[in-house]
Amino acid sequence: MTSGTTHPLENADPWAGIRRGQQRRPVEWLVERAIHAISLSAIVGVFLIFIFVAREALPIVLGRATSASATQVIPLEGLDTRSPAEIQKYLGLTPEQFAALDRDAKVDLMNLKLETAKGASKDRDAAVNTLEWRYLLLPYQWSGYDKPEMIWQPVSSIHKYNIIPLLIGTLKATIVALLFAVPLSLAAAIYVSQLSSPRLKEWLKPGIELLAGIPSVVLGFFGLLIMASFLQEVFGYESRLNAFVAGIALGFAIIPVTFSIAEDALTSVPGSYVHGALALGSTRWQAAWRIVLPAAIPGVFAAVVLGFGRAVGETMVVLMASGNASIVSASLFDSTRTITATIAAELAETVFGEHHYRMLFLLGALLFGVTFLSNLVAESFIHRLKKQLEGKA
Amino acid sequence: MKLRCMKNTLLRFLTAGVLFGTLISSPAANITVKGSDTLVILAQKWAELYMAAHPGTKIQVTGGGSGVGFAALQNRATDLANASRSIKADEVAECIKSFGKRPSEYKVALDGLSVYVNAESPLKELTMEQLAMIFTGKIKNWKSVGGPDAPITVYSRENSSGTYEFFKEHVLGGKDFVSRAQTMPGTAALLQAVSKDKNGIGYGGAAYGAGAKALAIKKSDDSPAISANEETVVGGTYPIWRYLFVYVNPAVDKGEVSAYLNWMRSDAGQAVVKDIGYYPLPKPFRSDSK
Repeated sequence: MTSGTTHPLENADPWAGIRRGQQRRPVEWLVERAIHAISLSAIVGVFLIFIFVAREALPIVLGRATSASATQVIPLEGLDTRSPAEIQKYLGLTPEQFAALDRDAKVDLMNLKLETAKGASKDRDAAVNTLEWRYLLLPYQWSGYDKPEMIWQPVSSIHKYNIIPLLIGTLKATIVALLFAVPLSLAAAIYVSQLSSPRLKEWLKPGIELLAGIPSVVLGFFGLLIMASFLQEVFGYESRLNAFVAGIALGFAIIPVTFSIAEDALTSVPGSYVHGALALGSTRWQAAWRIVLPAAIPGVFAAVVLGFGRAVGETMVVLMASGNASIVSASLFDSTRTITATIAAELAETVFGEHHYRMLFLLGALLFGVTFLSNLVAESFIHRLKKQLEGKA
Repeated sequence: MKLRCMKNTLLRFLTAGVLFGTLISSPAANITVKGSDTLVILAQKWAELYMAAHPGTKIQVTGGGSGVGFAALQNRATDLANASRSIKADEVAECIKSFGKRPSEYKVALDGLSVYVNAESPLKELTMEQLAMIFTGKIKNWKSVGGPDAPITVYSRENSSGTYEFFKEHVLGGKDFVSRAQTMPGTAALLQAVSKDKNGIGYGGAAYGAGAKALAIKKSDDSPAISANEETVVGGTYPIWRYLFVYVNPAVDKGEVSAYLNWMRSDAGQAVVKDIGYYPLPKPFRSDSK
């Protein structure tokens, strides 16, 4: 009964141990915050990139940009008779630049305007703003052409920016790539995840995924030099570099993507499904084809969609192996020009802020939209697969 | 203790010496050159030779394309801008906006553009008009120009290249290349494609002349067919030739930059031009300095 001999724990808080365990140490807290900030910054980065791309393309989307080369000109005397504000606007100067330039320089600029106007006025399409949506999407009979056509000729006296040939080109290369890569990678995924021996699997899986390590420029080079000649000899078509060659080369780039996601999806189907099927007398093949594949179908679909996203966005392979002719044709054996290759090939030479530059950014925004959407769809399907499997298992 | 003291003073002297040394040995003779990919090999060769003769001068050469060079000139990111075409009105305007003056233009070499076909092709010559019709797509079959009955595969360059614009202006008369034309990322790639395609036709600098067959060109139906060589290009009888240019901000065109520009256009500088595969300037265009 002596008061001094109470057990130490009696006085202590009964939750003390647990609470101490829960409390993070300062270092852990710091690390956690840092990782959190970095992961957030990635999302912010993607967002900022999109804002940047979209902002450059916005004037075209809103119809504010113009590519019409025939404009009102002010004769040289205008420099003295017109107001400075008018001249400044005409020459496209900022107030600071206008103040800094001497008279000679302004006369020079006026003369240049006159020269350009003289050079451009010959063509009947010179006054056309080729950035309007109807010129971007619909055929039009340009001067010098025999019939209405969809033409991508940005470096020309009349800048022709029809994006349909590029969309068709991208689509053709992508479809060939998917037709080539999806069956192969799905078959490989089914075999590796369901049928092969664990020993073989250990070799096969990293082996196929090693394809992802081949730089796309090497694949493109391979396509340009070796595959193009080989395929032409086999199929005997006319144009050596075309959507078909580019698509096959592109297929090599997307096989590791579709394979590894599809394989993950198939592996994540619980083993009890297979055991059940085998116990009921099915063969391994039947179990894989009839039970596991249907169960994993959302994941497999996601793999295909992600492969599609990769194929649409891949640049180097198509730049080198597709021939880059912007033609509207349904034939897979015609040379083709994709959106990505167009941006890569043309952006370096454009004048910043000018319509060609903005047009390429519009293409970039379009591409971003498509890949973003396909990734979103794929993600939602993977999510559904997880829920489905967890719910059923 | 004493030793460490001495070590310290020695170190200080050394650092001071090194600092001082770098200060006096580099009298801001750093020249940056940027622009045309056509000119990049020649510009590098010039830089190499000039630096060997003038150890105080550092010259940095990068390519990227004529337009890239002009953009850098406008932003004052480069001293010299190489170009395989003359500057456009828009680009002059941008330069005036940026530094108040038109950039000075120097012709530094001649380039004869060759038209290439596959080595197996029986064709030897074409007229300028036939070339324009082939590249704009009006002629689609080799039969129309005296070749075998086979479709023509047209190879062109990317529209960012100065060669593309030159060919379009001077051979096609400003008309568009046919849409079927396959665009190649460089003259080397183009030649490679033509050499693998027996129905192919393409164009490019004479500097790259190996791998396919260059055609002789006729100005009109009744003029003689002329193939590109030093005599015909420099003499102006071969019809497809161009100047290669260097542009410079007039405010920078002094001291070492000016000396370098002079040297390029002198006999010594022009002697290299042929080794690279272009053609030297005619005598009256050269500068006097050695």
